[in-house]
Amino acid sequence: MHEAIVNISYLVAAVLFIFGLKGLSHPRTAVRGNLLGALGMLLAVVVTLLWQGIVRYELIIAGLVIGAGIGAILAVKIAMTAMPQLVAMFNGFGGGASVLVAGAALLEAVLIAESAPEIGEAQVLPLQLLVATVASGIIGAVTFWGSFVAFGKLQGVISEKSVVFGGQQAINAVLFAVAVLLGVLVVWNPEATYVYWILVVVASVLGILLVIPIGGADMPVVIALLNSYSGLAAAATGFVLSNNVLIIAGSLVGASGLILTRIMCRAMNRSLTNVLFGVMAPSEAGPSADQVYGGKVKSASAEEIAMVLESARRVVIVPGYGMAVAQAQHAVRDLTSLLENRGTEVEFGIHPVAGRMPGHMNVLLAEADISYEKLKELDDVNPTFAQTDVAIIIGANDVVNPVARTDPHSPIAGMPILEVDKAKTVVVIKRSLSPGFAGIPNPLFTADNTLMFFNDGQKAIRELIAAVKEL
Amino acid sequence: MMVMFVSALTIFVLAVFVGFEVITKVPPTLHTPLMSGSNAISGITLIGALISAGTEQRDLATWLGFVAVVFATINVVGGFLVTHRMLEMFRKRG
Repeated sequence: MHEAIVNISYLVAAVLFIFGLKGLSHPRTAVRGNLLGALGMLLAVVVTLLWQGIVRYELIIAGLVIGAGIGAILAVKIAMTAMPQLVAMFNGFGGGASVLVAGAALLEAVLIAESAPEIGEAQVLPLQLLVATVASGIIGAVTFWGSFVAFGKLQGVISEKSVVFGGQQAINAVLFAVAVLLGVLVVWNPEATYVYWILVVVASVLGILLVIPIGGADMPVVIALLNSYSGLAAAATGFVLSNNVLIIAGSLVGASGLILTRIMCRAMNRSLTNVLFGVMAPSEAGPSADQVYGGKVKSASAEEIAMVLESARRVVIVPGYGMAVAQAQHAVRDLTSLLENRGTEVEFGIHPVAGRMPGHMNVLLAEADISYEKLKELDDVNPTFAQTDVAIIIGANDVVNPVARTDPHSPIAGMPILEVDKAKTVVVIKRSLSPGFAGIPNPLFTADNTLMFFNDGQKAIRELIAAVKEL
Repeated sequence: MMVMFVSALTIFVLAVFVGFEVITKVPPTLHTPLMSGSNAISGITLIGALISAGTEQRDLATWLGFVAVVFATINVVGGFLVTHRMLEMFRKRG
């Protein structure tokens, strides 16, 4: 009877997860959706505590209190600009939990098989449990360590640059082969449980090596992919325990991460393999920065730009990672309200890979109280640039580089870009002429209709606000 | 045994399809909350961790379960809370 109650409750929890994710299809219903998901989780936990043969609660309570405390502090204290690394870290913990749960399940299964009276010649552990344990171990460990490397890069603890060395892919292939081989050993002879932990160590090294070569601007893809892995690891653990709610929840998350990964790759016109293993390097044939920029860049002052803004009827602001670094979102909001009060229409053009994770810019602008209705996607905003008087680019580079359209040999060839060069005037706020992630110069900066405003993002916007007010 | 595996596999495949259907409809503006929220859901491994940590005897498996409870709870509580924080920001200017 209890088993039926438990399983029905798990089913209800799974349905709540689905409704929760469905709620995320609109900002108005999203808060409720998230709460439904949390309710599903609570239900699953309570039912497990009551009816799943749990007899000792001290460790569980201690674990729940410690985990909830750490999680709550992180969630409440974190700055919105640091959201990518927080999500990476949470991903990692999910993957780590899967590794440990699968390991514990393996230990227990072996123990039970050994202590049970011999029925036949040998006690055979179910193949499903063993194969799924191996999958949990590999995917979970890759997720855990990969996520923490991603965290380190985003937090600036380790270099954000792509770390590449010779034979990297060969080493990865060998590590993966060794992990699979160890997996076969675990299935073959589960009594030697230490083999599982060797497998976890090998997969951990693989996880680190897989993420180390990923450079800053490719982070959105990797975080989405690790998100998917954390789901798949949970699903694999579901197969270990033959637990449907784990399988359902895990595969939902796995699917979600895969979709985001695909969207991010498309937004860069690169394949997943290219992002993971390819090296982003400027082609030899490409023009050098001196050739492109040499004496053709027009630098402008805040006053000059304010005069252009004065007569503008429509302004589109294009934010990039630089806005997050400069914490300029609140200043941008102030400039937006100022312009709107003067009768100017202001919208935002958001490139899918702007920032360090999917939707990064949207969260920052929402934090600054900018309505999501003003945030336009690539396909919606691009046709409007021809009717736009001023496009203000703040901290973005490669996603507005027209070379993507013109030079088929460029590393960003074919990448969908925000076509800001079609606006009447383009204002680029940037500290220097340093290249973006792709390492190539941007001819937009020398266009006749472009004004460069060399300054820190936040200071630049504040100066613009002051200048506009003085008009 | 095989029957059990096939039914688990059936659930897995169907859930992947449901996931694709539901998540394709999430607008790009909510992609960050989608990641953190779905991430919290993947903390469902907590269920397995609780079962391992709550056994009568104290052995290695119990302690693994304990650490897993800590990890998964960070994932679950932190994930849902931070998602809530973000979504509130989206809602107040709707």
